[in-house]
Amino acid sequence: MSLQLAMPKSWRVDTKPHKFCPGCGHGLVLKALGQAIDELGIQDRTVYGCDIGCSLLSWDFFNFDSIQTHHGRTTPVITGLKRANPNLIGIAYMGDGGGYAIGSQHLVNAASRNEKITVILVNNTQYGMTGGQMAPTTMPGQKTETSPYGRDPEKTGYPTQGPEMVAAVTREGAYVARGTVSNPRQLRGFIKKALENQIQGRGFSFVEVLSTCPTNWRTNAEETWKFVEKEMTRYFKVGEIKVPEPRHEEGK
Amino acid sequence: MAKAVKIILAGEGGQGVQSVAEIIAEAANEEGREALYIPNFGVEQRGGVSVAYLQIGDRPIGSPKFLKADIVIALSDRAVYRTLKYVGPETVFVYDAGIKGVEDVIPKSARKVLAIPALQVANEELNPRVFNVIIMGAVVRATEVVSQDRAKDAIEKKLGYKFEKNPELRDLNFKAIDRGAELVTGLV
Amino acid sequence: MPEKPIKGEKRYFMTGNEVVAYAALAAGADIMYGYPITPQNEIMHYWTRLAPRYGKDFLQTEDELSAGFTTVGGVLAGKKSFTATAGPGNTLMQEPVSMAEAMRLPIVVVIQQRGGPSTATVIYSQQEVTMTTIGGNGEGFRIVYSTATHQELFDYTIKAFNAAWKYRFPTFVLGDGYQAKMRESLTMYDPEEKGIPIVPSEPYVGKPGVPGVDRPPGQYRNTYNVEEELYEVVENLARDFNAIAPEVAEYESLEAGRSDLVVVSHGVISRAVKEAVSELREAGASVGYFRPVTLRPLAEKELRDAANKAKAMLLVESANGQMARLIKDAAYGCKAEMIPLYKPGMGITAEEVAAKIRSILG
Repeated sequence: MSLQLAMPKSWRVDTKPHKFCPGCGHGLVLKALGQAIDELGIQDRTVYGCDIGCSLLSWDFFNFDSIQTHHGRTTPVITGLKRANPNLIGIAYMGDGGGYAIGSQHLVNAASRNEKITVILVNNTQYGMTGGQMAPTTMPGQKTETSPYGRDPEKTGYPTQGPEMVAAVTREGAYVARGTVSNPRQLRGFIKKALENQIQGRGFSFVEVLSTCPTNWRTNAEETWKFVEKEMTRYFKVGEIKVPEPRHEEGK
Repeated sequence: MAKAVKIILAGEGGQGVQSVAEIIAEAANEEGREALYIPNFGVEQRGGVSVAYLQIGDRPIGSPKFLKADIVIALSDRAVYRTLKYVGPETVFVYDAGIKGVEDVIPKSARKVLAIPALQVANEELNPRVFNVIIMGAVVRATEVVSQDRAKDAIEKKLGYKFEKNPELRDLNFKAIDRGAELVTGLV
Repeated sequence: MPEKPIKGEKRYFMTGNEVVAYAALAAGADIMYGYPITPQNEIMHYWTRLAPRYGKDFLQTEDELSAGFTTVGGVLAGKKSFTATAGPGNTLMQEPVSMAEAMRLPIVVVIQQRGGPSTATVIYSQQEVTMTTIGGNGEGFRIVYSTATHQELFDYTIKAFNAAWKYRFPTFVLGDGYQAKMRESLTMYDPEEKGIPIVPSEPYVGKPGVPGVDRPPGQYRNTYNVEEELYEVVENLARDFNAIAPEVAEYESLEAGRSDLVVVSHGVISRAVKEAVSELREAGASVGYFRPVTLRPLAEKELRDAANKAKAMLLVESANGQMARLIKDAAYGCKAEMIPLYKPGMGITAEEVAAKIRSILG
């Protein structure tokens, strides 16, 4: 079957099949990322950092240099790397817990400083690796291991609006978008634009991806897709949130 | 070889005790002597008494701070209280004669207690701005850690750029060193 | 742009924080990442003034976690990277240091100890010994140089960069608030002119060629799936660390094998101890000193030798027995009685040490 050959060139074949659960969205995000990198031809200078949480399972996913860091700390590791060698393309890949809870100060400050890095944050509304606890992105009423009667926004707040927060603290030059695994073509486009923004040295680029976790959601395929397409999009609006102005070239 | 001379300078923020200590330390270093100067710093320093710990000798200096000083110079009433603990039987305690209401707390056990009219000399004879330079002259003469000429060289090094523009300032500062020295001559 | 910050040998009179900034330049450091905390701030102040003149870089981060992890990132990119912190900042720094420990990343961290626990004082202590030597959720695979003078701050900051890149373990220069803020003289030099070679850095990631095509990808992790996998990793770390220990360990001693009483101290306190010991020796007392320069790894053989020959060891430190724990552990089973002189968060003078020695020797 020719469909099997759709694996991005930048994927590491010898570490496939990958380690994510059946129905997990990570594979789709990493496919979009791999395709974007293939199209941009930057495999030789890409450095990929992954966080703790399910994202760490991608530490040997690609055929580019990778570092698996600590929970929430991928943003500073990639920031330090990019500052030390600006020729590299730095990607920080993390979950919603890593980016919006334990590492939120790093995300906010890297965005405020307009670090020339790309952060890809996978939002599956709970902590996957540790067994499905409530995350900053858990939906109101959603049951998790630490909100067994459903998240009560009165007590624990509403889902974090990550891209909106990043957009609010960045100035011109930043790229901010929210994609979803249910629209891979659009997602690939967002990730590619985010990487191009970094290649052009314009500013911070951030893509949140609405993703799936049927294991902890305890959903079947149909319910999983319904949750990501219908439920999550009620709070998390898919689309580009901040796009840099076209750069004015001298003399044009 | 003689032990290092241990000096405490204490005053209010803005009285310049830290600059005096630093300039003397640098002057001693220029002479090839061993000098160690450390300020008190941090939370206490904000709005508190400024204390400079200075040691000058001919061998490497031991601990940066010390229990008893050879000479304590206190320039405000709070500085008097703050420095009492550094006064032992061998200490010369110097304070400004203008400080009121401290007569009863001045340590009787000190080897010598000197009230010098530095503030008065600054205000009436020279200029309030050179008060700390008068103190420097007094310290240098009382301790003989560096010569008076070397102290002047150190002032020149620090403020030479100002003296270039205004040579009168040089005279004023040098006079302040000499007057400060006179205030303690024959008393220590 | 001038190539070298220091040429020839020259005597300077400055603060310890300024010394560290110059030493990092002399050692070939490329980039500093830092977050303000007293008493190390002036390291950043001097570095940010000096660095651009020599094509070096600086990033002020949002906290010490970030300062440590950006330093990790800098090292991964192949640049000599360092940070500096103190007290509660050192607490946060333990997380990135544990990653560096796990992954053999040569980060250099300068600590200017302040009082503890908690915010305590910004002034001085020797209370960050336990944390700096064996902090984090690890096994203390770090190199820790405890300095006593500005000359040593200069010498050992240079040495720290060399040791880090030679042995690939995170390396600390352990100073304190006194050393940070005091002024004294030292001689600065260019290490290479003095015959001290500078160990080159090299990138972990971003090497030439397409990964997976021209070379295998450089992929680094610190998470393992099974106990056996981790066990092997830690065993290898321990083996390598133990192998370099005799080469790295440094100490100073005076008549430690021939005295009834040996005074043990480290860092700035060893200045007071040396003064007290030499004074009492001149008066005929049977007293010597032993001063570990490296607190990790310790010069165990020499320490045990001294602890077997002396009747007693006086352990002097500005902490409630943090150095003592390292010493007692290394000297376990030796015959010397261990006597404490602890003043947590306070300086200790030669007079106090001398008085204690007299009371012990009678």
